[in-house]
Amino acid sequence: MELSSKVYEKDHKSIRAQGGLSMGLNARTNERIAFTLLTLSAMTVAGFVVIILAYIIYNGYSVISIEFLTEMPRMRMTQGGIYPAIVGTVLLIIGSMGVALPMGVMAAIYLNEYAGETRTTWLIEMAINNLAGTPSVVFGLFGLALFVKYVGFGSSLLSACLTLSLLIIPVIIRSTQEALIAVPNEYRDSSLALGISKWQTIRHVVLPAAIPGIITGSILSIGRVAGETAPILLTGAAYFLPRLPDSIYSQFMALPYHLFVLATSGTNITQNRPIQYGTALVLLSIVLGLNIIAVLIRRHYRQKLQI
Amino acid sequence: MFNRNYKEKTIESVLFSVSALTVVILLLICLFLFRDSLLLFKETSLLDFLTGKFWYPTSVNRQFGLLPLFFGSLIVTAGAILFAVPLGIASAIYISEIAHPKVADALKPFIEILAGIPSVVFGFFGLVILVPAVQNTFNLPTGQTALTGSIMLGIMALPTIITISEDAISSVPSTIKQGSLALGATRWQTIYKVIVPAALSGISAAVMLGMGRAIGETMTLMMVTGNTAVIPSFPGGILDPVRTMTATIALEMGEVPQGSAHFHALFAVGTVLFTITFLINLIADLIKNRYRFKVD
Repeated sequence: MELSSKVYEKDHKSIRAQGGLSMGLNARTNERIAFTLLTLSAMTVAGFVVIILAYIIYNGYSVISIEFLTEMPRMRMTQGGIYPAIVGTVLLIIGSMGVALPMGVMAAIYLNEYAGETRTTWLIEMAINNLAGTPSVVFGLFGLALFVKYVGFGSSLLSACLTLSLLIIPVIIRSTQEALIAVPNEYRDSSLALGISKWQTIRHVVLPAAIPGIITGSILSIGRVAGETAPILLTGAAYFLPRLPDSIYSQFMALPYHLFVLATSGTNITQNRPIQYGTALVLLSIVLGLNIIAVLIRRHYRQKLQI
Repeated sequence: MFNRNYKEKTIESVLFSVSALTVVILLLICLFLFRDSLLLFKETSLLDFLTGKFWYPTSVNRQFGLLPLFFGSLIVTAGAILFAVPLGIASAIYISEIAHPKVADALKPFIEILAGIPSVVFGFFGLVILVPAVQNTFNLPTGQTALTGSIMLGIMALPTIITISEDAISSVPSTIKQGSLALGATRWQTIYKVIVPAALSGISAAVMLGMGRAIGETMTLMMVTGNTAVIPSFPGGILDPVRTMTATIALEMGEVPQGSAHFHALFAVGTVLFTITFLINLIADLIKNRYRFKVD
């Protein structure tokens, strides 16, 4: 930047040599220091991931056994397994995805394939952004006020599923939109040029091409459902329930809330540590397993779609 | 033909109705939060709630003062941001500008693992590792402090900050970058004088969204901050237990009789929380849009 036209005429090497006296030398040292710090920062962040995962896996794996996964908790949760919590989490996933997936995909199709740049569209986009940023405990309050109290579903599996579905609808809309945008316009144009109607085009051409992206988004939302605690705490999760929920109106146990209860309010918190590590590991494995599958699917199909 | 058009129109209307439901949901959230909050103000005035210094929801002279909870959230979030923003932006710069593309490709999904870990697992990790560590390091009666919460929260906000800043940094047009390098600037000079300023709006949006994530976090904070509802002193309060707005709602809702003043007070806290995150998201959105305009 301080190069004058005189310097410019000289050859490349001497520019460096001369510049080195005024600014270059310092600049090079600065660069080396800065790059080292930036590298260290990224490594620190990666280190957090390693430490947290390694710690939970190291302490948890010896607890995991068939009995741990398939038995009821016994002796005030100091012995036995976590079966009802696993079942509860699976039911939450099925229930909330059953509601959120069709709604999210339909909303995304409208926004990406039909909506023009109108005020209404802007309003919908803004609502989605805000829902995505609303704290999960606020969703819990809302679920409590609307589903548990106002509609009268009570503290139940149904209320919790509906609350969680509201939480993940924005996630599904966003990932479906991304998947739809990635479908090349040539697909749509060729289909429409053949005289096929807009909906038929979407149904038979656009959607099939977007399926991998939609699956990826769904898997990520499943991970979210499995890990959320605050919303189910307010809408139907039970502190302790040594049986499976018998209807959608009964309370249930779930992995994240079970871990919270064991770690903070059990009778023998320190003696219970092994069960806590085991529960944390099961929860972590479910959530991270789903995340890894999602990443792999995305990688696999990203290469396929490019024209 | 007429029949087909009719069908197409019907489908479009159905799809529109479903997407408009998102607006309805947002309105319903506002309505239900406000409805239950307003009932509190039969007992306590809005001003007393917003400026009250004491949160004694169960004593005889019960008081519902927001300030201890508000400042609890504030001090924990501020600590998290102080720690996560420099670390996150530095990592984002490393990933997009310095790392070998193969390293960056491996590092990105690896860091995103942090976004996938459930908050209750973070809380558990903080409880068994960080709480004793903080207690021993600073020689405290308890390790459940605002600092402990800030550190855990900072780690949790990192993936949001890194992913969005990285997006902003890598979408700076390469012509600008090459122009700077061609003028003889070093890569580092190019980064901090050209690339980072050009990506600044995107980075600010990342910080705002990270802050939104931090202020709404519940379970982790409930497990590591000690949950004492007292206005924290500054700056020494960082080593005292605090209680955030989110933790208060989750902790107390289970023991509150529905329809009591305490019940409505918790909804009022939720409304404040919702308003804060709403504003943060709105600002992040505005910043992002300005930034898009700039790059075009």
